[in-house]
Amino acid sequence: MKIRRFGLGAIALVAAGTLALSGCASGGSDDSAGDTAAIITTNGSEPQNPLVPTNTNEVGGGKILDAIFEGLVYYDGDGAPHNAVAESIETDDATNYTITLKPDLTFTNGDPVTADSFIDAWNYGALASNEQLSSYFFEDIVGFSYDEDSELTGLKKVDDLTFTVELNAPKSDFPLRLGYSAFYPLPASAFDDMEAFGQNPVGNGPYMLDGENAWAHNEKIDLVVNPDYAGERTPVNGGLSIVFYATQDAAYADLLGGNLDVLDAVPDSALSTFEADLGDRAVNQPAAVFQSFTIPERLAHFGGEEGKLRRAALSMAINREEITDVIFEGSRTPASDFTSPVIDGFSDSLEGAEVLEYNPDEAVKLWAEADAISPWDGEFKIAYNADGGHQAWVDATTNSIKNVLGIEASGEPYPTFQEARTLITDRTIQTAFRTGWQADYPGLFNFLGPLYATNAGSNDGDYSNPEFDALINSGAEDTDPASANEKFQQAQEILLQDLPATPLWYSNVTGGYSENVDDVVFGWNSVPLYYEITKS
Amino acid sequence: MAGYIFRRLLQALPVLVGTTFLIYFMVFAMPGDPLLALFGDKTPNPAVLERLREQYHLDQPFIVQYFLYLGGIFRGDFGTSFSGEPVTEILARTFPVTIRLALMALFIEFVLGVLIGLISGLRKGKLFDASALVISLILISLPIFVIAFVAQFIFGIQLGWARTTVSAGAPIQDLILPAFVLASITFAQIVRLTRSSVIETQSLDFVRTAYGKGLSRRRIIPVHILRNSLIPVVTYAATDFGVLLVGATVTEGIFNVPGVGRTLYQAIIRGEGPTVVSFVTVMVLIYLVVNLVVDLLYGLLDPRIRYVK
Amino acid sequence: MSNNPPTPTPKHFVAPLEETPLVAIDAVNVGERKSNLWIDAWRDMRRRPMFWISAAIILLVVVVALFPNLFSQIDPRECVLSNSNGAPTGAHLLGFNKQGCDVFSRIIHGTSTSLSVGIIVVILTTVLGILFGAFAGFYGGWLDSILSRAGDIFFSIPYILAAVVIMSVFSAYRNVFVIALAIGIFAWPSTARVLRAEILRVKNADFVMASRALGVSNFKILLRHVLPNSIAPVIVVTTISLGAAIVAEATLSFLGVGLPNTTMSWGNDISAAQTDLRTAPQTLIYPSIALSVTVLAFIMMGEVVRDALDPKARAQR
Repeated sequence: MKIRRFGLGAIALVAAGTLALSGCASGGSDDSAGDTAAIITTNGSEPQNPLVPTNTNEVGGGKILDAIFEGLVYYDGDGAPHNAVAESIETDDATNYTITLKPDLTFTNGDPVTADSFIDAWNYGALASNEQLSSYFFEDIVGFSYDEDSELTGLKKVDDLTFTVELNAPKSDFPLRLGYSAFYPLPASAFDDMEAFGQNPVGNGPYMLDGENAWAHNEKIDLVVNPDYAGERTPVNGGLSIVFYATQDAAYADLLGGNLDVLDAVPDSALSTFEADLGDRAVNQPAAVFQSFTIPERLAHFGGEEGKLRRAALSMAINREEITDVIFEGSRTPASDFTSPVIDGFSDSLEGAEVLEYNPDEAVKLWAEADAISPWDGEFKIAYNADGGHQAWVDATTNSIKNVLGIEASGEPYPTFQEARTLITDRTIQTAFRTGWQADYPGLFNFLGPLYATNAGSNDGDYSNPEFDALINSGAEDTDPASANEKFQQAQEILLQDLPATPLWYSNVTGGYSENVDDVVFGWNSVPLYYEITKS
Repeated sequence: MAGYIFRRLLQALPVLVGTTFLIYFMVFAMPGDPLLALFGDKTPNPAVLERLREQYHLDQPFIVQYFLYLGGIFRGDFGTSFSGEPVTEILARTFPVTIRLALMALFIEFVLGVLIGLISGLRKGKLFDASALVISLILISLPIFVIAFVAQFIFGIQLGWARTTVSAGAPIQDLILPAFVLASITFAQIVRLTRSSVIETQSLDFVRTAYGKGLSRRRIIPVHILRNSLIPVVTYAATDFGVLLVGATVTEGIFNVPGVGRTLYQAIIRGEGPTVVSFVTVMVLIYLVVNLVVDLLYGLLDPRIRYVK
Repeated sequence: MSNNPPTPTPKHFVAPLEETPLVAIDAVNVGERKSNLWIDAWRDMRRRPMFWISAAIILLVVVVALFPNLFSQIDPRECVLSNSNGAPTGAHLLGFNKQGCDVFSRIIHGTSTSLSVGIIVVILTTVLGILFGAFAGFYGGWLDSILSRAGDIFFSIPYILAAVVIMSVFSAYRNVFVIALAIGIFAWPSTARVLRAEILRVKNADFVMASRALGVSNFKILLRHVLPNSIAPVIVVTTISLGAAIVAEATLSFLGVGLPNTTMSWGNDISAAQTDLRTAPQTLIYPSIALSVTVLAFIMMGEVVRDALDPKARAQR
């Protein structure tokens, strides 16, 4: 889960998608070769933590890490994994993996990239007393513990370029996860003084920091091309200057004012105009971000059969098409499942998906059936954090419900994200609440397992369905991606009946670029593939 | 005089203790667990949360947390933010920028406000006076977001007279546009205060005497009328300095000024006690000094006002 | 001017008698009706058209606030998204806002909230400001130190922090009074400081010396002479901050610590309209006009009162 924040408190989950939809880049094969020394300026935000891969869980720092590190695999624009540092990743049972590295790769300080670079980095990230924010990525590796310091005994070095990984349980999407920043390698020098390393990280990626003082806190960070980089993401420009913005409004103004080359987040105030402002330099395509609201079972009138009817009625009372069109100016795509259209295995024709379509008559009918079980009283409320720019859509959604079902419905704002999260986490919240999920890696399981499996970490609605659990687990064990995805889709069909969360829409990545740059392609995770950008 | 200043500086101590206590208490009283927000929409493992809580002393009762913080200050340790940056560094980075911006805004609103207020007062009820009132009203009723947005759009994007946002290092020329926007917030107050004060002063005996003595308007207006009208204006502008320092959140956000306003706002929203308290502590100190200077200024503007006994 | 070179001692201290205007001013009309500052002020005010105009606007706003249904029969909470930012039609005078609600009706129904928040805040800041400012300025010494430093503490507390804490503590009672309290409790120090400064100036005036020489008690001097002569800047600051308070209510709502979403107010509508600044500015402008006109009426009223309370300015006319 990557968190994005802005000065005005907005935690906007703006993300990106694949090249599936056109209208983004001007075709990757233009031979208007740019200046290979030119620096691309782009927007970012001050990293909230030192630049240590296992301690970075928000986009501000993640964007920088992805540029200066290279993991075992990397994701292309469509989110498909390709081997990067890894020569091969092999498994027979989805539990034991043998990973072989490419030879002769180095960090920018000259240290070689070896099996130890990964084993040590992962052990550092997993150690409880190191308090790394992304430690949960290692929880499937044998030896991991949240409660006490322990070694990841599942990691075994075979030789300098080979190591094996043993998981607690079969996880067929494990190789897919390895492109996430938490799995990046670290040079030996990092462990001497991790604090200093966090200020001046040394990586093995396409870019590197431009000298000691490259990171000007709260202002920008300057990256230059790593001359020794030997991977597939070789930059065709001279470097990146990532300028930190407190608000998207400021970044957008800079793009229009000619001070910024590439922007990956358009502010709400420009959603209605940015496509006119930028013409074919505007980007608006689905991304790996799923938005919903959750009605916990434990709320009055939402348990058992009555709850099932009411959830379906509420879902069909929401005119997603109109809200994404009017409130979001087309920068959201109405949801048809629980994942995202940019993920491999996505389907918009799941059985039961009609519950996500606007159907006032059916909604009224189902609501009346529920009323027959136990008459409705009170007001339907959706809680949200006011520091995230959610009010407009919550108001529109509750208005839609109110108009269709004729019940009182309104939004319930909490001033801070932390207050809303606290009430949700300790289960004291007495209303429905906003939920959202941005994928860490491009796989269906990531949208389902952590959210709806019994007792899963982010199962905020305490949903539990043995049938769903069984399907999810058998999908995770399946080493054949196609048949695994089929099981995940069947699992989703159960979710569509139960609606543990009410899917609303997928966020699009909205962005744009200046006339000075070309070949701008947005990755599956909403971040442009900077190394492909040319500047003239 | 020196004795008076010394006494005033001595008063800073109880004020500081009182303020830090109050602020710390308020941050403590903010609902919600600040650490949960670090994990976004994902719920962290309870054991992980527990460890982080210990690290930031958030598992201790309020009074213990406060004294731990206070003890740190005496050792010169103002704590660290959640991102691991020492609070002293954040202070040293943000305050110079914001003070520069605030001084520029103050200068603009004071010079323009007093000038327009003076003319309005001298030409009470005339066209100029009415126009100044209309402009003031527009500025009052539009939120600062709108003013900043429109100013940026017109002067930054369409006319290209100013850089759309403040570039790294916050050079003076980039700060001019945001300073004007900030100045617009209290411009109306300064105009109205100057105007009312000028109208009142104009009818005082010494002004009539000065006219009677045959002094020129060019001398009477600045020396007799303006100087004697400035006390409420200077006082108000001084209180506004404090507002400009911490209240520039929106303007700093839109023009991307790496200053106090947005940093403090984030710290508050995230519930970072040490950062918030340290910022406010510096604020109080600045505020005490500004008020002292203003009190001393009164003596210059009106010799009858004396503090030194 | 005290620093002028010493002038020769004048021969006469009393003006020659032939300067008749002086005599006229000095003359005491024993037969005139009994009067005091407030009666004089009222006599002055009621002769001025500006007083009646501003009073009429304020009265209108108050009537709208009390009986909104007299002015708009359309339900302001009936919002249909397909009308989003729609143009005016026959029944919908000012068109629709982003959520597809009737703009005119929302302004009418928002009057009561906005006006009450504004007025309560103004009363609160004025009362606290006068209490702290007047005593600090007039008595000086340690009382000044305590009161002024208390003001410094309140003023240096970040407004957002205070508002979030207060509104969370009173989360069960999110009404106009609590909102006004959250806004006002940290706004009064500027009023207090402006008043204190003015009192420092006025308390040295001759008429204060004269009263003191006549044996009038300190408190009476403060109440009868010093305060009325120092109130002008307070009126100016207060009338303008009425508008600021109405806008502040919007900021609080925007931050999620304001009134419930279902409450209508001008501030709410103004802040919600901000994102559509470039495509639908009218949804922002209409509530802003309502706010401006109201503030204008109060500024005009403040002006009239200020003039009326200032006998010297009055004598000039």
